[in-house]
Amino acid sequence: MDYMALYVTLKLAVVTTIILVVLAAPVAYLLAFARFPGKSFVEALIYLPMALPPTVIGFYLIILMGPRGWVGGIWQAVTGGSLLFTFLGITVASIIYSLPFAIQPMKAAFSKIDRRLLENAYILGLSRRAAFLRVVLPNSVSGIAAAAVLVFLHSIGAFGVLLMVGGSIPGETKVASIAIYEAVEMMNYTAAGMIALSFLPISYVFLLLINKLNEGARA
Amino acid sequence: MIFAALKKRLKYFDLDVSLSCLPGRMTVMIGPSGGGKTTIIRMLAGLQSPDEGRVVFGDEIWFDSDCGINVKPQKRRLGYVFQDYNLFPHLNLFDNAAFAAVDKKEVDGLFDLFKIGHLKKRKPHLVSGGERQRCAICQALARHPRLLLLDEPFSALDVVTRRGLREELKSLKGNLACPVIYVTHDINEALFLADEILPVVDGKKDPGWMQRTITREPKEGMTARGAREPRLALVY
Repeated sequence: MDYMALYVTLKLAVVTTIILVVLAAPVAYLLAFARFPGKSFVEALIYLPMALPPTVIGFYLIILMGPRGWVGGIWQAVTGGSLLFTFLGITVASIIYSLPFAIQPMKAAFSKIDRRLLENAYILGLSRRAAFLRVVLPNSVSGIAAAAVLVFLHSIGAFGVLLMVGGSIPGETKVASIAIYEAVEMMNYTAAGMIALSFLPISYVFLLLINKLNEGARA
Repeated sequence: MIFAALKKRLKYFDLDVSLSCLPGRMTVMIGPSGGGKTTIIRMLAGLQSPDEGRVVFGDEIWFDSDCGINVKPQKRRLGYVFQDYNLFPHLNLFDNAAFAAVDKKEVDGLFDLFKIGHLKKRKPHLVSGGERQRCAICQALARHPRLLLLDEPFSALDVVTRRGLREELKSLKGNLACPVIYVTHDINEALFLADEILPVVDGKKDPGWMQRTITREPKEGMTARGAREPRLALVY
């Protein structure tokens, strides 16, 4: 069994989840509370990865992150290396691919918080940032946890985007879903079945967790 | 003392009111719902801005449309008790009251004063409405406010609880060194608590409103009743 591919998948999912939750929280907060011109355009742009075929996202990421793209170009100028076909590259791809799944549940959780609670926090002397940390975050724990679980599940399932951006380098960018695909290509159904089977309990347990969190949020 | 002259264009009328209140005194704003009382108090707190006017506290200017001054709510250091929604659902009563306390040790004393000492560890949704409002007052007082704003703090409560809290508030007022502005639509409450009453109707001061509401004013063209009976008992 390709333990290496499973390891890369889990590593990628954990890193993506941690980075996305931290990054998406302030963005979701702005989307939930702030009013600014062009907000609906920004919001649609953020949700775009959910609506695009993964190969399309992958294509544009190759263009952007390739040595001639502006992200890849800057990266190469600074580090001398390539962003494509590296773990870092697929991490960036995975973050963009799962971004909507982090933003949406958090935004929903933040929107449920009564504005008057925030006003009271301001009156009690809290800055906007302090109010976010001391009032908004602790009252949306279940929404944030739901976002984390969704992102985790979504990124262990990523395939097309990662294949395009990362290729299939064992130990670096070859994730479990790619390993399954390749095993089937080579008619090695035993190997494919073993990896596939290992996904079942992970996904099932996480789904149970989501249901628990949703119940918690409703209570 | 606090002085405010406020003008603001609202959807159904133009608000134009001035008010003042001395330390240790209570000004009660009264009037029908939707008359602009809450808007006025929110402007005093800095949660909304008047179109024109001034808010002056002692020798500090909190708002001045001519000079472009608008002090943030965070910097005004006031206490504001809403009808509900003061308490943060994730914190127990003690942590709620101590949320912005100048000295957390004072919270125990306040809890004893308001008789909720035994509920310190409870979350807000596990205590009664009256206990929540007691805690909300503790939260506001623990901050050592320079001005206390109370916006219908007891109107979600039953009559008996309301009457009890009203009395506690009245006795507390004597020990407060800050001006208190209280909003209500309950005439009994206003008469019981106020040092000064400011009736506000459609955004303007309307000195005759109380009289018109208490006594059944005969409509023009109708023969006056023999006796104008009070519609509301003034004292329970």
